[in-house]
This record gives sequence, structure tokens and C-alpha cells, in this order.
Amino acid sequence: MEKNKDANKPKKLVGLQRRKAKAGYLFISPFIIGFLMFMVKPLFQSFYMSFCEVELGAGNFNQIFNGIENLKYCFTVDPEFNRLLVEEITRMMIYSIAIIVFSFFVSLILNQKFKGRALVRAIFFLPVILSSGVILGLETDNQLMATLAAQVEETTSNISVTAALENVLRTSGVGVRAFEKVFEIIDNIYDVAIASGIQIIIFLSGLQTIPSSMYEAASIEGCTKWESLWKITFPMISSMFLVNWIYTVIDFCMRSDNEVIKKIQVVMIDQMKYGRASAMSWVYFLVILAFIGVTSFLISKEVYYYD
Amino acid sequence: MTNVKENTKAIEKAEKKAAKKSARKDFWERNRLSGGYLLQKKVTEVVLSICRFILLFGMCFLILQPIFNKISVSFMTEKDLFNPIVINIPEHFTTDNYKMASTLMDYPKALRNSIIISLSIAFLQIAMCTLVGYGFARFKFPLKKFWFACAILIILIPPQTIASSLHLHFRFFDFLGIIKLITGDTINLRGSKLPYYMMSAGCMGLKNGLYIYMIRQYFRNIPGDLEEAAYVDGCGMLKTFFRIMLPEAKPILTSCFLFAFVWQWTDGFYAKMFLGGTQLVSTSLSRIVDSLGAYIQRISGIKTTVSIAYSNCILATGTLMIIMPLIILYLFAQRAFVESISSSGIKM
Repeated sequence: MEKNKDANKPKKLVGLQRRKAKAGYLFISPFIIGFLMFMVKPLFQSFYMSFCEVELGAGNFNQIFNGIENLKYCFTVDPEFNRLLVEEITRMMIYSIAIIVFSFFVSLILNQKFKGRALVRAIFFLPVILSSGVILGLETDNQLMATLAAQVEETTSNISVTAALENVLRTSGVGVRAFEKVFEIIDNIYDVAIASGIQIIIFLSGLQTIPSSMYEAASIEGCTKWESLWKITFPMISSMFLVNWIYTVIDFCMRSDNEVIKKIQVVMIDQMKYGRASAMSWVYFLVILAFIGVTSFLISKEVYYYD
Repeated sequence: MTNVKENTKAIEKAEKKAAKKSARKDFWERNRLSGGYLLQKKVTEVVLSICRFILLFGMCFLILQPIFNKISVSFMTEKDLFNPIVINIPEHFTTDNYKMASTLMDYPKALRNSIIISLSIAFLQIAMCTLVGYGFARFKFPLKKFWFACAILIILIPPQTIASSLHLHFRFFDFLGIIKLITGDTINLRGSKLPYYMMSAGCMGLKNGLYIYMIRQYFRNIPGDLEEAAYVDGCGMLKTFFRIMLPEAKPILTSCFLFAFVWQWTDGFYAKMFLGGTQLVSTSLSRIVDSLGAYIQRISGIKTTVSIAYSNCILATGTLMIIMPLIILYLFAQRAFVESISSSGIKM
């Protein structure tokens, strides 16, 4: 705060522009300092470390450069890493798509006028608060619920609609694997629902910016509701799809029930292999960055900006 | 006077009733005139709203059910858990689970620690993020785009990537070699709370990039005339910020503060890394099953395994106990949580 005060002192022979620029730098200086100290330095260090063998000694630590030994270890020696990485990425992709679709339709429903809308909105937002951090991880390995669910499934397997539908579709033999993924999502709809709180709100905020005159004009021209959904609503909030997609992917790859992250933590904290842990997390980070980059490039080509 | 008022009220009522009646009568008349279109429209409307109700009810139930389930389980005795007849309403009502979970988590102490840490961290983070967000939103300076890209980058980098080197960074902490120069050795900051406060002061805490982004977005939407008027009237930059802009941004600041508080409350990653020595509700909850085993072993003196059902019951109780403050907070500040995000106008 002390620094900011200096910005107020009028300096002679300096334009307002320059003063403002200085003030701007002072305002963001906490970020710059923090970024340099706690982000850039550790980032480079961990990048370097991923090519090193780190030895913890008494009162110091040594880094011994060993080239791509750690990376080699990750991909060829470690029995789990490849599998976990591929599994997590596919899971992330499928769930992110499911979350986007789910939250889009829920927000369409919530955007309509009906009684108790505020209550429903509050309930949908509840998981953002309640299923964060440690609670999410505990939720997923809650064995009591799992056994209960298994029991319910066992007793009702004959009358379950989804199971019957699954059987019909499976015997038809079209795209079996794709169907299986869809069924997996339907079975885990709870996971999708609790992960889509923020996305619903973002979509809702987008929906509310669409002027109602557009819909009126369309309906006078003889446009049905279905058509106006695809011709008006969809393009108008397409930029929200990009925002939501990036948010969802990031949110997913930082969740505490993520297997890759669990693995990294085990390697780092329990086995004390700092080098290997860094290599693994860098691989993970780069894969995710590439994934976000490619997908958001593809989505941004479709985004329509209305001004 | 009162008489006249009553009279007008009565007349209004009567008019409304008449209007309703005529509307009802009119309906069929109008329907006939429209060639059945009105009836069709009305029916679709009703059917749609019923479908909507069923859909929303189902989804709301889906979200709330685990909480209800936890509440009912938390009042059951161990006997009830194994009784197949008991599903939702416990047969032997008990509050022992709460006492058990409370002792296992050291609840009063953990709660106090959590409140202190979450409040102070949230306050620090939001104060810093507000300054930075304001700087990004309202000033033009060289390299602004670059720094903003960095702010976006810290949203993207998973903290796990730099976790290992941060670990070492704080194990052998030094600031530009100054400390080593003075004391001859680096400081071991692991296990103390200081590193996390320092990171929060540098906007590098949990999800701080997101807060910066949201606050910046909000400040950008405030009309610039307001600020210019203040400058013209002789208000300095800092004064403008505190007197004009901050009060305008109250909604987004409240909600960011609430988010920071809640996410800090449930966070396990940073808590495990930096605040390992302090007992927090989040860390003690994640250890509760293990400590239950240890506790029973200590009492009975024999190595026994706790039944899955009972340990999950305690886990459910513990979870309820740590989310209870959050639920109460949410009940009161629900609007602040939900509305602000929609008002911040997030766009790319």
C-alpha cells in the first residue's frame, strides 16, 4: 500500500498518460512480484528438476542432471503412468462434453419463467460450494453409498429402463463403444450434475443478454421455438461455450479425485522422488495445455460474435 | 377518507372477479374464434410445465439426496446400519456419532483454526486481487497484454505442476540471497503458515487467477465517466479507487470473498502442502477414517478393523459437520453467490 501512495504525488513535466501507466504498474505490482517469486521461479525450477535426479541431503538438496531419464521412466518403466494419463484424458473429454450439454439444457430450462425458479437455481449452485476440495474426493470413495447403489441395481436390474434400453441398443450392434460411454455418463449423472454449477450460471448470464425482441421478430416471421433455439440462442451464446469449455477442462484436471494428480502426490510426498514427480506433472500439464489449445481453437472458429 | 379507500378497494376486487369470470367465459369463446389454436396452446403450456417440474424435481433430488442420506445416517446407531429394514429413519436415534466425529476431528479447535485461516486468507487474497484486477481494468501501461496473459496462465497451470519445487522453495527459503548473507543459512519455512500467506499476498493462492479475471471484468463494465469526473474534481488515483470504485464493486467483491472463503475451507491441496502442522477441518476430515481405527485400537487395546458401514457413518457425520457452516452461510448469502457471476458478464 505504501508504494501506491507515491503514485499520487504529482510529478513535474510528466504527462497524465505516464502517471497513469506508473499507477497501473503499482496496482498490479503484487501480482508481478508474486508471479515472479512463486510462479516463474518454481516453474523453471520444476522444469529443470524434471531432467534431474534430486537428492535431499541434510540442510540442502542436490540436483544431478540426468537428461531425459525421468521422462523415460514415466513412459517406459512406471507401470501406471501411461494408463492413468490416457484414462484421465478420455474421462475428462467425455465428462466435459457431458457437462457442457447438461448445463446448456438446464440453463435453458432455468431461463424460463416459473414458480420457484430462485430455489431451483440455488439448489443447482449448491454443489459448487459443497463438493469442492476434499469433500469431492471423499464422496467418490464412499463405500457405503457404493454398496447401497450396487444393492439397488441388483434388485431392480430387471425393471430398469436404462438397462433395457442398453440391451436393445447393444444387440443392434451399432457403435457399441460410443453407446457404452453414453451409458456410463447416464449412470454417473450425479457427477455431471454436481460439476456443472458454475457453467449453468455462466450460460444463464449469457441467455439473459439476448434481447427478447429477437425472439419476437423471429416468431412473427413464423419461426418455431425449436428453430429459434438453433438460429438465435445457439449463436448468441456460442462465446459462452468457449468460456465454459475452458473452465470445465481446467476444473476437471485440478479435481482432487484425479488419478494422475494422486499418482504425482504419491511419487512426490511418499516416495520423495521430486525429479520424477516434476517430470510427470510437466507431461500432464503440457498434455492438458495442448488439449485446451487445440479444442478451444476449434471451438473459437465456430463462435459467432454479435456486436 | 378510510371509507373512500375501502370503497375503491371493494370496487377493484369486484372488477377483478368480474374480469376473471368473463375471462373464463371468454376462453371458450376466444378458442372458438381462434379455431382451436388457443386451447392447443394452453394445453402445450400445461404439459410443458408439468414435464419441466418432473425434470427439475428429479434433478434437484439428485443433488440433495446425498445430503439427506448423510443426515439420516448420522443419527443411526451401528445396529441400525446393518438392519436391512432401516433405510432412512433410524430406529435407535442417537447423537453419539456427532460426539465421536467431534473428538476424532478435534472439532472445536479445527473449526477455530479453519475459521481464522479461511477468513484471513480470503481477505488477503481478495484485497490483493482487487488491486490487481483494478490495475488491469482501468490503466493503460506497456506490456499490459503480456501481464494479463500471465494472469490467465496462472489459471491454467495446475498447482500440482509446481508443487514439488515450491516444496523445496520453502524448505530452503531465501529472498534474493539476503537471508543467507545475514544468518548464513536458509530458512526452513515448511510447516509454518507464512509461505501460504506470502503466496496469497502475491495473488498466487487457490484460484486467484479466476478472482483477478472476474474482478477485472466487473471493473471494466463500470462506466469510465465516473472515474474521470472524480479526477476532474481533483481526486487522486488512490482516492478514486477507494472512494469511487470500491463501493461500486461491492457485489463482485462480496461474492469473490465468499468463494475464496468456501474454497479455502474445503481445500485439501494447499492445506496439506503448507498448513500441514495446523489442524483444519478439511485435513482432519480426510484423515477421519484412519483416526477412527487408531482411536478404537487405543481404547480396546487390540488391533481390530472397523466395519466399513460404521467408518462411513462417521465419515458422513464428519462431512456434515464441516459443511454445516457453509450451508448456513449459503442460506444467508445465496444471492451474493449466484447473482454476481451472472452480473460480472464473463466474456471472451
